[in-house]
Amino acid sequence: MTTTTGIPAATGALGTARTRVEGRDKVTGAARYAGDIPLPELAHGWLVLSTVARGRVRSVESDAVLAMPGVLAVLHHQNAPRINLDYVGMVGRPDPVIGVFQQDRVPFRGWPVALVVAERPEQAREAAEQLVVHYDQEPHDVTFYAGHPGAYTPEDSPFGRAEETKGDVEAELAASAFVVDAEYTTPEEHHNPMEPHAATAHWDDGRLEVLDSNQGSTWVATELAQIFSLDPGSVRVRSEHVGGGFGSKGVRPTQVAAAMAATVLQRPVRVVMTRRQMFSAIGYRSPTAQRVRLGADASGKLRALDHRSECLTSTVHEFIERSASVGRVLYDAPAHHTSDRVVRLDVPTPTFMRGPGEAPGSFALECALDELAEKSGIDPIELRVRNEPDRGPISGLPFSSRNLVACMEEGSRRFGWADRDPRPGLRREGRWLLGTGMAAASFHSGVGPSTAAVTAEANGTFTVRINAADIGTGARTAIALVAADALGVDPERVRVVMADSDLGPAMFAGGSMGTRSWAWAVSMAVGELRERLALGGDIPPEGITARSDTSEAIGALAQKERHSFGAQFAEVAVDVTSGEVRVRRMLGIFAAGRIVNPLTARNQLVGGMIWGISMALHEEAIRDRASGGHVGPDLAGYHFAANADVPLVEADWVDDPDPDDPVGIKGVGEVGIVGAAAAIANAVWHATGVRHRHLPIRPDRVLSAGTNVPEHRPGA
Amino acid sequence: MAPAPSPTSSVITLTINGEKHTLPVDHRTTLLDALRDHLDLTGTKKGCDQGQCGACTVLLDGRRAVSCLQLAVAAEGREVTTIEGVADGDRLHPVQQAFLDLDGYQCGYCTPGQICSALAVLEEHAEGWPSAVTTDVRPEAGPAPLTPEEIRERMSGNLCRCGAYVSIVQAVARAAEARTDRNEEVVA
Repeated sequence: MTTTTGIPAATGALGTARTRVEGRDKVTGAARYAGDIPLPELAHGWLVLSTVARGRVRSVESDAVLAMPGVLAVLHHQNAPRINLDYVGMVGRPDPVIGVFQQDRVPFRGWPVALVVAERPEQAREAAEQLVVHYDQEPHDVTFYAGHPGAYTPEDSPFGRAEETKGDVEAELAASAFVVDAEYTTPEEHHNPMEPHAATAHWDDGRLEVLDSNQGSTWVATELAQIFSLDPGSVRVRSEHVGGGFGSKGVRPTQVAAAMAATVLQRPVRVVMTRRQMFSAIGYRSPTAQRVRLGADASGKLRALDHRSECLTSTVHEFIERSASVGRVLYDAPAHHTSDRVVRLDVPTPTFMRGPGEAPGSFALECALDELAEKSGIDPIELRVRNEPDRGPISGLPFSSRNLVACMEEGSRRFGWADRDPRPGLRREGRWLLGTGMAAASFHSGVGPSTAAVTAEANGTFTVRINAADIGTGARTAIALVAADALGVDPERVRVVMADSDLGPAMFAGGSMGTRSWAWAVSMAVGELRERLALGGDIPPEGITARSDTSEAIGALAQKERHSFGAQFAEVAVDVTSGEVRVRRMLGIFAAGRIVNPLTARNQLVGGMIWGISMALHEEAIRDRASGGHVGPDLAGYHFAANADVPLVEADWVDDPDPDDPVGIKGVGEVGIVGAAAAIANAVWHATGVRHRHLPIRPDRVLSAGTNVPEHRPGA
Repeated sequence: MAPAPSPTSSVITLTINGEKHTLPVDHRTTLLDALRDHLDLTGTKKGCDQGQCGACTVLLDGRRAVSCLQLAVAAEGREVTTIEGVADGDRLHPVQQAFLDLDGYQCGYCTPGQICSALAVLEEHAEGWPSAVTTDVRPEAGPAPLTPEEIRERMSGNLCRCGAYVSIVQAVARAAEARTDRNEEVVA
């Protein structure tokens, strides 16, 4: 069948709630994730991680386990093929943890020292547990604290500058009518996507094929080609369905170990991490120790903003949790200093985790703003309105759009903020003290180069091909909507093919950049396709395909401050007898660019806010000084919010299309967590009269801090 | 490749979604691994493999159970229902339909477990089982209303890291309403 090429005007698919394209597969169990795909002759690899925090592997006693039933191989530093780690990938130089079995040095507890491969997973697991590894152990230091003498200022990188300074902070603080000087800490936090990291590698007709769970198959395929010194075209990575990532699913030991074993054994090998292994081999969020000093004049206008944060990294790779950067966007002051410092310890390398930098940074800064509001007697929203910058406080660049005040006003109206009595400790319901709090949020809106192809098929449908990843964001559906809208057709007529490195280079799902980057490429390809279709004529059997590459257009983008913004509101109840804090309701109003699919965007923003509840009240990985490992590294020892922890959480948005983006998108993946923990902490103060500056706000901390409640409460 | 019968393995017959499957299994094999690796029923997910996340929830004789803590050999003779057995052919179960319509998921990895738990929650509630937040637990009080608070409590064995809890609660509530409506139709 052939169709003529005329296509109608836009349908308005964009901005209309739409259920997920793959929804039926997800609710019936038909969706296959990386560890779900059967392959003939599949062997199973089990990682063995170091049990010491620093030292050298003296020997790996593999003979005994090689004699166990089903065991096919034990790979370790003395027999593993050599690989290459000397390259720069999409996120910089590789973390040496992915260079598995290349050296005897053990830089932290949980470092991969061997891979046991067997016919059956049970056999591989038992053999891995039986494998004796001898170490020459050395003393380790895993203890992070504020003011660690080893802390240093890192070099600037493409991800940010370590330090920004303008004006004289000390002089402005001295001249301020109100000063806040407070220290805040956030603990080590872990991504814990529900799907463990899993990769299945096999060689097929001279090509390395990897069925993987990742946030970007271009990212992973490009690095695997580098690591194994292969032609980029001879590596194919696919990730049809991904069970969450949150920053942890880039190149990890799973893909490298699976590819290495598949090469050695010349048969398919699957490597799946255990939940416990995920606590040391996939990255995490560094703990932070932050000090914020704010000085304001009598009207609440900031004279000084000083935000200093410290984080940790491993001894083998530098990753900086850029907590201090959030103030470079949110508030201006004549004296403005922000710096991130880092200390190297005998721990795994941290990495990007949802809202990297902004999530912990906003906790400190937005709590400090609340403390300033208390001291100055100015309403927290009004204080922020008075400190709205016209341009980037440090960059001096204009904002592409900045609707933070609109978010706060809309949030205030819907939350009922106007009726709030600012005095703390006044509201009581039986054993519960009640309070409300708010905080502002921002997260950088970025975009990465991508390619796409859109085909007008002879049967009247359209096929979009782009190497996007859907890690739960609803990307597959969003891309279909963007294409349908640009094509002016019903989304039912658009098929999306994605998550396959053979489709050509594209941005990964991360940094709130995925949908914006892919939508740009898709809309560009559709524009080209429409021009060709406008020429008229029949569509040939193979269809008409237009391709795009956004590299040039993105390179030409005007320099501006581009961010999503938001206002977070929380109501909490604090049980003064048990120390338990319950969030009763949350509302987040966001200015996050054009919303492609309200159904999935709302879900994602709410999910971010729930991460904020977790961060405020639950999440905390405890490292044991003696062993260098974690206490209880699993989902019982590391609690994140369960259903019963989550009350009514609402997210909504104000109109805020980015004027320079072809679709108007900014990004919704991360801004939802930013400020959420601060809003809750500020509400806890409002309830109890006591500031909690250390996360999580555990019952023991609430009990030992007590309350600062007026003795003669109204009506008491 | 499954091992032949030996002192460490057995041939067992499992009844899954109404169908009998005879297979040799290593005695260490969990029901979860038997489903996934031996029977290619990969809808049941492995999130933690130690009973802490609920992703592997199935129904055993109609009651929910985490299949990672159940040995396959111990599941012989019991009726196992997995996510693959929930829909009626192409017709989604109302719980599945509600999860789809209300976006009760994001990445979808915990979803099969959530749905199996939700099915059991509706049964448990209908049978008058109380939860930790049920205020009136007298047997004669009958089922308390399935409020959002009750649903949150009863669904808390299933973790969702994406944080789709708000829409999960809505989906379970909608399925509960549909069930009540259906039952009323039957009575009428």
